[in-house]
Amino acid sequence: MEATEQRSESTATIDSQSDAEAASTACLGGDKALVEALRSGCEASFAVLIDRHQASMLRVAEFYVADRAAAEDVVQETWMAVIRGIDRFDGRSSIKTWMFRILTNRAKTMGQRAARVVPVSAILGGAAAEDCAVDPARFFDARHPQWPGHWCNPPTAWALGPDDRVATNEAIEVVLLAITGLPAMQRTVITLRDIECWTSREVCNALALTETNQRVLLHRARSKVRRRLEQYHEVPRPIRG
Amino acid sequence: MTADDLACQELVEVVTDYLEGALAPASHARFEQHLAACRFCVAYVEQIRQIITTASAVAPQRLSPAAQQRLLRAFRGWHSLEPTHPHESV
Repeated sequence: MEATEQRSESTATIDSQSDAEAASTACLGGDKALVEALRSGCEASFAVLIDRHQASMLRVAEFYVADRAAAEDVVQETWMAVIRGIDRFDGRSSIKTWMFRILTNRAKTMGQRAARVVPVSAILGGAAAEDCAVDPARFFDARHPQWPGHWCNPPTAWALGPDDRVATNEAIEVVLLAITGLPAMQRTVITLRDIECWTSREVCNALALTETNQRVLLHRARSKVRRRLEQYHEVPRPIRG
Repeated sequence: MTADDLACQELVEVVTDYLEGALAPASHARFEQHLAACRFCVAYVEQIRQIITTASAVAPQRLSPAAQQRLLRAFRGWHSLEPTHPHESV
């Protein structure tokens, strides 16, 4: 296979063009080609795997363990287990799923050692006003004769720029900042779902969340990010009611 | 409005369930009936969709070249070792 043939004794990164190409060949071939390349010791393929997953692995590990250093240990151990166990990967799941299962198992063990596993109920409980998707003052009162619970200060369409299908760099920046400022669990869920484009199933498995809890966290996260982006886009104007 | 109607304030709380396809069929239908009659909620749902689109355009975090080098150095060592450790099988 090409990725293997192009492996060179001197290249340790994917900086060189040929290595990058070899690696992308392995990737385009899907998991099977990637796994074969890894089994043969192809460093470029390992570099691809690192590039794709390292950040998410750290994020998931941090969900379980006490601090960044512990998370880095879990990730390092996981990489070692992935490389040394790659011969036993049976292809019944994706390599990503397989890797994150190793990671989650290790992180859970470590998290329990550090007594850091927080019951999700503790975080989901007590829906305060700040957990409302939208400021209640934006709606008519429940006793309003005609429009109880309907918008009195409605959202307006956002002008995204010259091409409505493409977010501007500024909007991307605002969204990223808003996500960075979220509580940890919400931040982890929205990052994996909406930035890394994981499926809900993948997120639930990696973070050991139920579908419902995952949705609650995602909902709160997206709602808060929307508020921030709204502040950036517009100053809401009341309508008559 | 009738008692069956979804209020806007209720709609914004189930928008994620709606987008995730997690609403029961009857609730899903009520949601869409509401949208058909409320341009404000249409704008709201569109904003949430725009959040998702915008977030997907955020560049994923990448490892520093130095950290990548460290892992790749370790890779050479790991790969040359026989897998012997019991909890490597998952």
